[in-house]
Amino acid sequence: MIRKKKCVAMLLAGGQGSRLYALTNNIAKPAVSFGGKYRIIDFPLSNCVNSGIDTVGVLTQYQPLVLNDYIGNGQPWDLDRAFGGVHILSPYQGKHSSDWYKGTANAIYQNLHFLQQFDPDYVLVLSGDHIYKMNYSIMLNYHRANNADCTIAAINVPIEEASRFGILNTNPDGSIYEFEEKPKKPKSTLASMGIYIFSAKKLYKYLEEDSKNPNSSNDFGKDVLPKMLADGAKMMAYEFKGYWKDVGTVDSLYEANMDLLGDNPVFDVSDTSWKIQSRSPLAPPHYIGDNAKIDNSIIMSGCEIEGTLENSVLASSVIIGKGAVVKNSIIMSDVTIGEGAVVEYSIIDERTVIGKNAKIGNAKAEGKGIALLGRDITVEDGASVIGGTIIDKDVKREDK
Amino acid sequence: MKAVGIIFSNIHDNNVPELVRIRTLGSIPFGGRYRLIDFPLSNMVNSGIDTVGIITKSNYQSLIDHVGSGKDWDLARKDGGVIILPPFGDNSSKNLYTSRLEALKGITNFLFRADEDYVVMTDCDSVSRINYNDVIEAHIRNRADITLVYKKCMPDHGAEESAITFDMVDNRIVGINQVAEVSDEKANVFINVFVLKKSLLQNIVMDAISHNKKHFMADVVAGNLKSMKIMGYEHTGFYAGITSLQAFYDSNLALLDENNRHEIFGDRSVFTKIRDSAPTKYGHNAKVVNSMIADGCVIEGEVENSIIFRNVKVARGTKVKNSIIMQNTVLGENCSLNCIIADKNVTITDKKVLSGSENHPFYVGKGIMI
Repeated sequence: MIRKKKCVAMLLAGGQGSRLYALTNNIAKPAVSFGGKYRIIDFPLSNCVNSGIDTVGVLTQYQPLVLNDYIGNGQPWDLDRAFGGVHILSPYQGKHSSDWYKGTANAIYQNLHFLQQFDPDYVLVLSGDHIYKMNYSIMLNYHRANNADCTIAAINVPIEEASRFGILNTNPDGSIYEFEEKPKKPKSTLASMGIYIFSAKKLYKYLEEDSKNPNSSNDFGKDVLPKMLADGAKMMAYEFKGYWKDVGTVDSLYEANMDLLGDNPVFDVSDTSWKIQSRSPLAPPHYIGDNAKIDNSIIMSGCEIEGTLENSVLASSVIIGKGAVVKNSIIMSDVTIGEGAVVEYSIIDERTVIGKNAKIGNAKAEGKGIALLGRDITVEDGASVIGGTIIDKDVKREDK
Repeated sequence: MKAVGIIFSNIHDNNVPELVRIRTLGSIPFGGRYRLIDFPLSNMVNSGIDTVGIITKSNYQSLIDHVGSGKDWDLARKDGGVIILPPFGDNSSKNLYTSRLEALKGITNFLFRADEDYVVMTDCDSVSRINYNDVIEAHIRNRADITLVYKKCMPDHGAEESAITFDMVDNRIVGINQVAEVSDEKANVFINVFVLKKSLLQNIVMDAISHNKKHFMADVVAGNLKSMKIMGYEHTGFYAGITSLQAFYDSNLALLDENNRHEIFGDRSVFTKIRDSAPTKYGHNAKVVNSMIADGCVIEGEVENSIIFRNVKVARGTKVKNSIIMQNTVLGENCSLNCIIADKNVTITDKKVLSGSENHPFYVGKGIMI
């Protein structure tokens, strides 16, 4: 018997995520930390594994070092397989051409030989910038039941937000008759989630054609999907009902983190029936000191907390000194917040050091916006950073 | 110098009979996310020892589950790595080994196959960070036959097994005592770490087989203090001996001391089996003081001076003080717990009041519902 896979996933993880500014200066967007212990890519990867898809190609391009390190051999997701498993697919030099990935469709086109070695019946295309829990196997069943060439996952969004998305206009049976990219006057509220299932043979055919079209930007949304629709291919919208968040902007990343808080959180990652796997840090349980106050927060292992924490998400090994106050903030791993420092409405990336009595950010109510501090930054004792600013280098005290 | 490691997971099971009813001493949970074997096993890994045999005797399912392939210690190797050595019995023998020497008789093959020159043997009855390389180097420098690691401290009077102490002259061990009576003086307490040449260990084991010797300390070490050079090596760092349930309780709470905690965990190199839990969530009414809390917990009540393991739930209105709560235990609403050791998967229903005392913690067995 020839070994093959029913469905192989291709995860587009090459995007820069320029609207996350300092968070993605040196790392690709899918490697950005989320929810204390995760990175964004944990969600699509865990969804794949939980849906029974054990072969995933991860297409990387922009700043792949952290992402490659993080995925490694895929063992945290049980994706270190002899046949299948997770594969990092970076752009390569070929005999006749060597190109960066020009667009989403081109990225997959350049890796057709990877797909073909598993001879899949279906190809699932995912992107690495969404936070959600989804059983792709239900979507695949829907695709098969409809005998579709392509199925696009879609979510109902509020009508006032619909013009920010790619909108799918559908017939009553769920088949798509029109795409509208960011329409000014949306006819429907069904937004594409950037999750596609293709019948493999159709995908290969359209990718070959697309590669020969010099006018194409080699993008699924702009080129391949409209071409398929124009050719009369059977394209279905699969409506997903559940939590889904595009975390492509600082505000949306912040909101998604905050959605984890509360007694009945909007988004629950602790649900053991759909476990989000990740590469866990090696750290002892966290320690809460004598004078600490903790209210409505998430804390990871390795943290040492002596100050006050409110409505915040702390990743592993964060140190909060005596008398320091952290409110409404997201603190990523190995950050140190000095004694007496005040952090409000901020996102602070890995390994940044906040000096004693420093003041970071302004209360949300003041309307200045989120203060964003990149990784490996030192903020001097007593220095301040105003809400709404983006910091990617060391901050000195002003009066010096 | 390359050394092979041998860890005895069952010896001293009598120290904490409550906790080993369903597991080996080595697989007793400790410090929020660890098991006792993590400390010697991590010490081995951090000392560059990458061939380790774990000797077991009984109740070792939890140990096999914990150690698995050894990948979490980077010991899933083609060449060497960690191997669990269950008791070896041929068709004729009915009884399991009863002593360290008899256990070693059962692993002659493992010893024969190892190509390392030295052996480091250790038990799972203590929590400490020891660089075994330093011990081996001292062993070589001293031209010792056997080196035994000790800690200058008061022997635990509440210990279930009496402590072994050394009389020493210039670090050479000249007398071995079993401390039975209570004394208030510090002694050189043996902490069950041995270093010797592998070839010597093999000879000792062969000799024991032919002369039917049983006890490593009594028959081999104590009887040869003159003919062999048996040296002591002082461990000066943190040491917590798990010599009784009380000592287990005290040793856990000792981690709340910053110096102890940083000495044990500061360099992040105590390895353990990684289980993915979500980060711990604190509700609006949580109050936590001086406690160590692992991942996956939901804390809505109050916790003080306690060690909370993974996936524990502390519901609203519940107060936990001076307690050790192991993983997956669920505490209902408006309970009060003081000086409690709750084993895994315990359920305490609403409004219960449980209390032990600081010198007599109350133990709630695995899976019990109150």
